[in-house]
Amino acid sequence: MDCVIELKNVTYSYPLTTVPAIKDLSVKIEKGKFYGVIGENGSGKTTFCALLRGFAPSFYKGDLSGEVLVEGRSTLEYGPGELASKIGFVFQNPFTQISGVKDTVFEEVAYGLENFGVPVDEIEKRVVEVMKLTDIESLAEKNPFDLSGGQMQRVALASVLVIEPEILVIDEPTSQLDPEGTESVFKIISKLKEKKKTVILVEHKIDLIAEYADEVLVFKDGSLVAAGDKQEILSDMSLLEKGVALPQVAILGNTLKEEGVPLKYIPVTEKQAEEVFSELITGKE
Amino acid sequence: MKDLILKDVSFSYPGGFLAVDNINMTIKSGENVAIVGQNGAGKTTTVKMMNGLLRPTSGDVIIGDMNTKDYTTAQVSRVVGYVFQNPDDQIFHSTVESEVRFGPEMAKLSNEEVDSRVEYALKITGMDKFKEENPYNLPLSMRKFVTIAAVIAMDTDVLIFDEPTAGQDLEGNKRLSEILKELHEKGKTVITISHDMEFVASNFERVIVMAKKKVVTMGTPEEVFWNFEALEKAMLKQPYVSRVCRALGANGEIISMDEAVKFLKSRLKRNA
Ligand SMILES: Nc1ncnc2c1ncn2[C@@H]1O[C@H](COP(=O)(O)OP(=O)(O)OP(=O)(O)O)[C@@H](O)[C@H]1O
Ligand SMILES: Nc1ncnc2c1ncn2[C@@H]1O[C@H](COP(=O)(O)OP(=O)(O)OP(=O)(O)O)[C@@H](O)[C@H]1O
Ligand SMILES: [Mg+2]
Ligand SMILES: [Mg+2]
Repeated sequence: MDCVIELKNVTYSYPLTTVPAIKDLSVKIEKGKFYGVIGENGSGKTTFCALLRGFAPSFYKGDLSGEVLVEGRSTLEYGPGELASKIGFVFQNPFTQISGVKDTVFEEVAYGLENFGVPVDEIEKRVVEVMKLTDIESLAEKNPFDLSGGQMQRVALASVLVIEPEILVIDEPTSQLDPEGTESVFKIISKLKEKKKTVILVEHKIDLIAEYADEVLVFKDGSLVAAGDKQEILSDMSLLEKGVALPQVAILGNTLKEEGVPLKYIPVTEKQAEEVFSELITGKE
Repeated sequence: MKDLILKDVSFSYPGGFLAVDNINMTIKSGENVAIVGQNGAGKTTTVKMMNGLLRPTSGDVIIGDMNTKDYTTAQVSRVVGYVFQNPDDQIFHSTVESEVRFGPEMAKLSNEEVDSRVEYALKITGMDKFKEENPYNLPLSMRKFVTIAAVIAMDTDVLIFDEPTAGQDLEGNKRLSEILKELHEKGKTVITISHDMEFVASNFERVIVMAKKKVVTMGTPEEVFWNFEALEKAMLKQPYVSRVCRALGANGEIISMDEAVKFLKSRLKRNA
């Protein structure tokens, strides 16, 4: 496997805290895959992201033991700009992402590319494209702070997508989005695979993780408590004990199964649900 | 009775952008309603007018016998509490407890009253165990509960929650449900904005749908979630169970897990 990120026995504590936010975590991230990171509130998902991007410990300080390797090199050895061009990072709170130095949404989205010294023509082309993709074209001339919550979240995502980094670490990019917008963000993200991008996405919207992610990482109390095949992990009621909801269709499947309905398997996506249930209804194999 | 009435209300932001275009709605005293709709529809703008943070450019916002026109923001906010969409816009104290205490203290209540309100608000939101913490050491999802506690401690007749479900886990959503239920039982008017269709389907009596600066429709969750024209206009989706049942021939009503189980079992029996 082509491993882009590896954590080796990583334990991390924020300053002045007694309990580590991440405990003895070892995991390998494979190039070109879409990982769904799930887990209850406070389980360490955002801290995990901050470790990947090097913000922990460089920005947050605190104590780190073990190693976080990005393309084989410890994040501690990277210069600040270096990691930024390799890993695109979308903050959990979109309000945090806005630079505050640009007067229009268009300039805001262009800001990262400007910093990387991309030629003006190309910046324009890429910004126009990404704004179309994220459905914010009509906001181009607005001040980034004069936006609704969901609009701001789209701008935050666009300003990172436009950079086309090899690795994207995206912390709950749909928390403020309407259902259509949410679906479209998942479509955009899963398309990045065609370009061999690696995506690490934190989400509570488990139904969409089930539909779009390749693999899932389940956090609880700072530890990785399950990792791997989404079908297996997301269809099992024991996920509830980890504080994570099952996809709606998996709950439906499990409930029917408990009541004696002979299901071929527990669906985790809408499509699977339609297939499994309609087979039962029409009786065809 | 403190019914909340919006009469021909419009709002333009400074600079002239029209965000809310001539809307009308009535929320009855003691009602528990959700507002849903596409990003940028004008939901936040609308509720900020209900608590006096924004003033309509035209039209009237009436709360019981108060026309908000004739009152200061401070006066209106004593009747209508608002939990910001972004908790970081609201939090400015260095401990959870002092954040929650601030409002009641400013209202010049007796010490006992302040204590009991703060204790209640911290308890119902589950924030009592973090009361000595700096809110900024808590994850965003918990900071949201800190702001909810701060508004509950004000004990207003009307409470507005802007996207409380954003970023919440299973437990967080459950706690929100319980909070809504308890406030409702106490006779409070509660207005919640949410993009979580499952949450909306199972927690509210009435749903107001907004899109493009206007109110598109209002109704029970059963009505709204099977009104495909309205859903499409507002960029909404049916709850997952409704979608699956629809694909298997259901044509209305189903919006909950229990109903979906029942429907599927009946379909199976018919074909047995
Ligand atoms: N800046 C900080 N200082 C101190 N402790 C922190 C800080 N940020 C997070 N923590 C603590 O670290 C733990 C993990 O938090 P983290 O934000 O990683 O959780 P999360 O899984 O992302 O949660 P959520 O789903 O709510 O976003 C929590 O106990 C939290 O209180
Ligand atoms: N300060 C502002 N100045 C100018 N326009 C603004 C300002 N704040 C919001 N808007 C615009 O007003 C419209 C309505 O915004 P509002 O925040 O009410 O939407 P919303 O329905 O709450 O959306 P969301 O679901 O994304 O939170 C949006 O088009 C937004 O760009
Ligand atoms: Mg987080
Ligand atoms: Mg809003």
